[in-house]
Amino acid sequence: MTDNILELRNLTKFFPAKEGGIFSKVKGEVRAVDGVNITVARGETVGLVGESGCGKTTVGRTVMKLYEPTSGEIIFDGEDITHFSRKEMKHVRSKMQMIFQDPFSSLNPRHTVGSIISSSYTIHGIDPEGGVEHAVRELLQLVGLNPEHINRFPHEFSGGQRQRIGIARALALKPKLIVADEPVSALDVSIQAQVVNLLDDLQKEFGLSFLFVAHDLSIVQHISDRVVVMYLGKVMEMAPTRELFENPRHPYTKALLSAVPVADPKIGRSRERIILQGDLPSPVNPPSGCVFNTRCWKAQDICKVSVPATIQIAPQQTVACHFPE
Amino acid sequence: MSKFLEVTNLNVTFPTEDGDVHASNEVTYSVGLGETLAIVGESGSGKSVSNLAVMGLHNPARTKITGSAILNLPEGPVDLISASTETVRRLRGKAMSMIFQDPMSALHPFFSIGDQIAEAWHLYNKGSKQDGIKKAIEMLELVGIPDPSSRVHDFPHQFSGGMRQRAMIAMALVNNPSLLIADEPTTALDVTVQSQILSLLKDLQRELNMAIILITHDLGVVAEVADRICVMYGGRIVEDGTVDDIFYRPEHPYTLGLLNSVPRISSGESHRLRAIPGQPPSLISLPSGCAFQPRCEYSSKVSSGACNTSVPSLSDKGSGHLSRCHLDTVDLNNLVKDKA
Amino acid sequence: MLSYVTRRLLYTVILLAIVSLTIFFIFDLIPVDPARLVCSKQCTPSLVEGNRHRLGLDVSVLEQWWRFIVGLFAGRTFGEDGIAIHCAAPALGYSFSRHECVTKIVGEAFPFTFSLALGAFILWLTVGISLGVLSARKKGKFADRAASVFVLVGTSLPTFISGILVVLFIVLKFNLVNPLELGNWHSPWTDPFGWLQTFFFPCATLALAYAATYTRFTRSNVIETSSEDFIRTARAKGLSEKVILRKHTLRAALAPIVTIAGLDFAGLLGGAIITEGIFGLNGLGKLSIKAVTQTYDLPIIVATTLIASAFVLIMNLIVDIAYAFIDPRVRTS
Repeated sequence: MTDNILELRNLTKFFPAKEGGIFSKVKGEVRAVDGVNITVARGETVGLVGESGCGKTTVGRTVMKLYEPTSGEIIFDGEDITHFSRKEMKHVRSKMQMIFQDPFSSLNPRHTVGSIISSSYTIHGIDPEGGVEHAVRELLQLVGLNPEHINRFPHEFSGGQRQRIGIARALALKPKLIVADEPVSALDVSIQAQVVNLLDDLQKEFGLSFLFVAHDLSIVQHISDRVVVMYLGKVMEMAPTRELFENPRHPYTKALLSAVPVADPKIGRSRERIILQGDLPSPVNPPSGCVFNTRCWKAQDICKVSVPATIQIAPQQTVACHFPE
Repeated sequence: MSKFLEVTNLNVTFPTEDGDVHASNEVTYSVGLGETLAIVGESGSGKSVSNLAVMGLHNPARTKITGSAILNLPEGPVDLISASTETVRRLRGKAMSMIFQDPMSALHPFFSIGDQIAEAWHLYNKGSKQDGIKKAIEMLELVGIPDPSSRVHDFPHQFSGGMRQRAMIAMALVNNPSLLIADEPTTALDVTVQSQILSLLKDLQRELNMAIILITHDLGVVAEVADRICVMYGGRIVEDGTVDDIFYRPEHPYTLGLLNSVPRISSGESHRLRAIPGQPPSLISLPSGCAFQPRCEYSSKVSSGACNTSVPSLSDKGSGHLSRCHLDTVDLNNLVKDKA
Repeated sequence: MLSYVTRRLLYTVILLAIVSLTIFFIFDLIPVDPARLVCSKQCTPSLVEGNRHRLGLDVSVLEQWWRFIVGLFAGRTFGEDGIAIHCAAPALGYSFSRHECVTKIVGEAFPFTFSLALGAFILWLTVGISLGVLSARKKGKFADRAASVFVLVGTSLPTFISGILVVLFIVLKFNLVNPLELGNWHSPWTDPFGWLQTFFFPCATLALAYAATYTRFTRSNVIETSSEDFIRTARAKGLSEKVILRKHTLRAALAPIVTIAGLDFAGLLGGAIITEGIFGLNGLGKLSIKAVTQTYDLPIIVATTLIASAFVLIMNLIVDIAYAFIDPRVRTS
C-alpha cells in the first residue's frame, strides 16, 4: 500500500486529427495530454484547473479509462491499470467513480432515481447490507434528497438535485477516488455552494479522494488541498492550494489568477491585472519550446526552443518554467 | 436630470398552457451615459427577459408587456414599450444594441464576419459595398482583432470564442449606439479571455461614452465593472444600489446569501460556504408574499408574518440604496451579527 | 476546394465501376438464360451456344464487364461477319429483342423521363417551399392549417391512385387532353404547347407527393431556424422582418433542402415507373420494367440500372459541391 491512491506517470493522450470521408488523411495529432505527472494522496482533493482545451477533462477521462492512454502509466491503489481490459476495469471502477458536469444528460430520463442508483449494485453483482432499496434510500438521505422520492424520474428534479443524484450513484459502491468533471459549473451560484458543501462533508465522512476538474478557480481553491495548473496539455505548476494562490511561481498561473474576477470591488480596483494577449494556440500544432511562450510577457529566446523542465521550486511546489517568479 | 434609459414598472408575462409565467414584475431601473449598470441574478430571475423587452425582441404574439421604458434621445424621449414596432426597430442597432452569451450561435454561420458587420452599417448609412467592408475593418481594428483587413472575410467558425465576441461587439457598436446591453457576454469564455473582453468594454465605454447594461450571474464580473447594481430574484428587483452598497452594505437577505455562497479567492483560510437552502421559485406560481421567503433565514424574525402575505415594496434605505425586504436595516444587521 | 472536387470525382468513378461490376455479377446469378430466350421454337443446344456467343455471354462475367466498359468509350461491334452491327461510343450494349443499339433506345426514352422529372422537380420545389414558408410564418393560423391538410393528402395518397384519378377526371371526363394524344412526344422547342399537354398532368401527379413532404420539411426548418440565436442577432441589429426572413432565415433553413432535393431529382432521372406507366410515357422507367418483366432484355436492364445509379452518384457529387458553396463551414474546413 502506498500513500497515493492515484499516480499518473508521464501520461499522454493524443487524438488523431482527421478530415472526414473515405479518403481522409490524418492531418496530425491533437496533443490533448502531453506527459503529465500527477499524484493524488489518500483522502486528498487535487484540483485540476486550466482553460478550455488545456486537457484537464481528458486527464479525468483517461484516468477512468474512458480513453485509452497513448503512453505513460496510471497507477491506481497500488495497481498499474494502464493496460487493463474492460473486464479487468470492472472491479477497479467500483473503487473509482466519476461525477459529470451536466447532471441531466448523464442520467437516463426513462429510469427512476432508484433504478439509476441501484444499477451500480446490479452491474457489479453486489448485494448491499439490508437490501438494495434500503441502501438506495440511505444514499438519497446522505446526499440531502428525500428518500421518498426514490420512484421519481430525473426530470422531476432541479439541476442541483440531479447533481446530488449523480453523486449518490457515484457513492453507491463506496469508492476510494472520485473524478469530478466540472461538477458544479452548470449550476446556479446559490446551488453551487450547496453541492460544494455536500462534497466537503462526504469527503470528511468517508475519507474520499477527489480529482476535481474545474475551470472555476474560486471553487477549486475552496475545495482542493493541492492544485495542478494545466495549459495546452502540459502541467505548468503544481502546489498546495494556499501556496499556489498566494505565491504563484509560473507566469501562466499568475495571469490566470489575476484574470479571475474577485467578488470584492475594493480588491478588484487595487490589484495588479495581467491581461494575456491573444488566444490559446491550437493543440494540433502547439508552439515549440514552452507551450506558453506565445502569450508570456517574460518569454525570452530560450522559451521558443527549449521545453522547460519541471523543477521543484519549494517543498511540494513544482513549476515548469525557465524564468519562474 | 433624467438618465438615458429609464425603465419603470416593467411587467413581462408569457401566457402558457400551464398558466402565466410572470418573468418580470414591476421592474424599475435606469442607466445614464457613461455608466455601467449590472443586473445580477440566477437563471429565471428575469434579468434577460426585462432587457429583451427593452430591445423589443420578444415575440409580441406570445408576450404581454406593460410599463414603460423611456429612451431619452437628443431628439426627444421615446417609450420603447408603447411605441410602434417599426419605431423600436429603427432604434435597434442605432440608439441601442445588444450582445449575447454565446457568440458562436449568435453569428450567422453562412455570412462572413465583415458582411455581418457591414450589413448593420448599411442599415443606417449610405455607402457602397466597399465602404461597408472598410467600416467593418475599422470596427474590427477598434475591438482589437489582429490583421483586420484579412480577417474581415473570415467566417464565424474560423474565429476563436474571444474573437467572435469581439466581432459581436464590433457589430453592435458600428452605428455608435448610446446604449449597449450585454447579456452574459463572457460566460461562455475562458477567464483570461473574459478579462480581455471586460477591459475592452470598459475602454470602449470611456471612448464612446455609452451606457452599458451588463446582465450576469457572476458577482466577480460585477465587482470589476459595474457602477450600479440591481439584484433580481423571482422576476423582481430585490436590491438596487452602488457597487459598494451591494458588496459592503447589502440590505436584502438574498444578496447577503449570494455573497456568502461565493468562495472568495482572496480569503485566506477556506471556511464552509454559507449556501442558500432550497430552490428558486417557479415563475408560474410565485409565493403570495416575498418570493425569497421560503429560502430566507430571517423571515421568521418578522413578527407580523408579513413575508408570507405581502410583497415588500422597494424602499430607500438611504441615498438611493433600495431594498425589497420587510426587515429594516437595524434589525437585519443585528440578526446578521447574531449569526456570526 | 479543387483537390476536394478531384478526390470526390475519383471516388464517384470508382463507385460507378463497383456498381456496374456488381450489376453484372447479380444478373449472372439469375437463373434465366437470355441465350435460350432469344432462341426460336426449334431450338438446339448448338443454336443456344451460337446465341450465347453472339450475346457475348460465353465469356467470364469479368470479361463481359470489361467489354462493356471498353464499349462505353470506344464503341462496340456485336455479332460477326455479315450480320455484324456496330454501336458507336458510348455503347451500352445491343438489344436482340428490339434489334437496336441500347444507347439509341435509351436516348429515345430519356427525354420523356427528363421532362417528367424536371417538370415535377420545379413544381414541387415551388409549391413545397412557398407553402412551407407560408405556413411557418402563419403558424397556427388558417393558412397553416390548410397547408397541413395538403400535406396530409399529399403524403397519404399514393401516386398510382392520384395518377389514375387525374387520368379519369382530367383526361377522360373533362377532355382536357385527347386520350389518343396521351404520352406522345412533342419537342418543347418546336411545340411547347404540345409538350405541356403531354407533361403537365404527369408532372403535377408526380410532384404532389413530393410537394407535401417538402412543405412539411420547409415549415419545420423555417420554424426551427427562426428560433436560432443568430436570427435574434439579426433582429437586434434592426433589420426588418422581411430581410431577416429572406436573407437570414431562408438561407439557413433551405440549405439542407438542397441535399434531399438533389437526391430526389436524381432518383427520378432513373425513371418514374408508376407515373410513366399511368400516363403512357415511354421513359426509362417503362423501358426497364418492360425489359425485366416481358422481354428479359439483359443489355437494357443493365443499361437502365447503371444509368439510374450513375445519376444518383453524380448528383450526390453536385449536391456536395453546391453545399460547400452554401455553407462556408464545409468549404473552409
